[in-house]
Amino acid sequence: MKGGLLSAMAAVFTRELLVFWRRSTEVMTALVFFVIVTTLFPLAVGPERHELMLMAPGVLWVAALLATTLSLNHLFASDYQDGSLEQLLVSPYPLSALVFAKIAAHWVLTGLPLALLSPLLAVQMALPTKAIGTLVGSLLLGTPILSLIGAVPAALTLGVRGGGVLVSLLVLPLYTPVLIFGAEAVAASAGQGFASVAHLSLLGAFLAVVVSFAPWASSAALRVSLD
Amino acid sequence: MGEFGGFAGVSRLIKFIHKYGAPKRFYRLAGRLVPWFAGVTALLFVVGLYLGLYWAPPDYQQGDAYRIMFVHVPNAWMSMMAYVIMASFAATGYIWNVRLADMLAKATAPLGASFTLTALVTGSLWGKPMWGTWWVWDARLTSELILFFLYVGYMALQASIDDPRRAAHASAILAIVGVVNIPIIHYSVYWWHTLHQPASLTLTSQPKIYITMLIPLIVMSFAFMFFYFTMLLVRVRSEILVREQRTDWVRKLVGSKQ
Repeated sequence: MKGGLLSAMAAVFTRELLVFWRRSTEVMTALVFFVIVTTLFPLAVGPERHELMLMAPGVLWVAALLATTLSLNHLFASDYQDGSLEQLLVSPYPLSALVFAKIAAHWVLTGLPLALLSPLLAVQMALPTKAIGTLVGSLLLGTPILSLIGAVPAALTLGVRGGGVLVSLLVLPLYTPVLIFGAEAVAASAGQGFASVAHLSLLGAFLAVVVSFAPWASSAALRVSLD
Repeated sequence: MGEFGGFAGVSRLIKFIHKYGAPKRFYRLAGRLVPWFAGVTALLFVVGLYLGLYWAPPDYQQGDAYRIMFVHVPNAWMSMMAYVIMASFAATGYIWNVRLADMLAKATAPLGASFTLTALVTGSLWGKPMWGTWWVWDARLTSELILFFLYVGYMALQASIDDPRRAAHASAILAIVGVVNIPIIHYSVYWWHTLHQPASLTLTSQPKIYITMLIPLIVMSFAFMFFYFTMLLVRVRSEILVREQRTDWVRKLVGSKQ
């Protein structure tokens, strides 16, 4: 039975990757958005390197936050439209485990590429080289939290009027701790504050809370939306 | 044995809720309670404002400017309390399928949002003489602002779903997630602030509060609390009428008044 559950989760996970691989523009959109938003800041505030460096942690983190928020609509929407979400609901396995597999796939397709792409944008934003490791690390710890928390509003707004904008309205206030811890960690290792380890530990603690809570909450939300 | 007793107690409670929580019965009960709650609210406001504006002495540093505290602090307290009450009603409605609890949660949201907005506006007005600026990214003001966004999100989700049952349950999940998140948001903002700004700008560095200021503050807090209960009953009554508009008793009630 246990092996059955794990293989079911693996099946959901690989299916997600396959589907998104075949519609890769959706994944790419979020990434390109991340790049464009970051590029807009030097254009707006001027190319002065010191100013850019001071803003870099905040700008990169806000851009990552917004890019993830944009991608949340893809998490359940197409499965909701073609009815495969209902198949997950009637399957004998716990819905929260299957939802967790879906969220994991979402992170692999959005959060992970964002983190891997971020060093390039960090150079563009004149972030000191010593802080780039912390940037990637904080994004690797923080973006799974974004995917996990974001799954709840994404599930709640399925088939609702103005769902896309509503998701950002619901999710962004919940994202504030991640933004604060993430940006502070990067700023700290760029030499503007205290040790970055404290902020990274807090991000890790938050991730641990959210991993246990969010799949359950988003599966409850799915049951409400598909009732 | 103890567990069984507890279960029996809960099921008796649920039976009680279902009996008195029937919309028709609660509509009448609330109608009878509203004048009493309104009377107590008015009395508390009169006494509290008298104590706050005349009886309490001026502050030795802030003069009379501190008196806005008697509105600001109760509203800030109520804004947080209302969110917890809202989430508790919403959870009750979601778990035990009590429609009255759904309605109470829905009716609480705009009240809580208005408490939050009042706390923000009065905090800003108070900040001008104290800090010399309308807005400071103080930890408490910032977490109050995020609380306001949470209320707005809750109301937006309620408003965008037509089916009342789905709207109630979806927003209940959002409220529960919000309640889990609020302590984390509060502490993250607090730590963010303390790393950046000197503590001299926070409200906590004020002189200790004196008993002559504490008494009006407590009276005003009860005044706002009773104001909340009064408005909650009024709002729930109209919510019941809207939801039950197709039933006989509402038609009879509305018809008899026309």
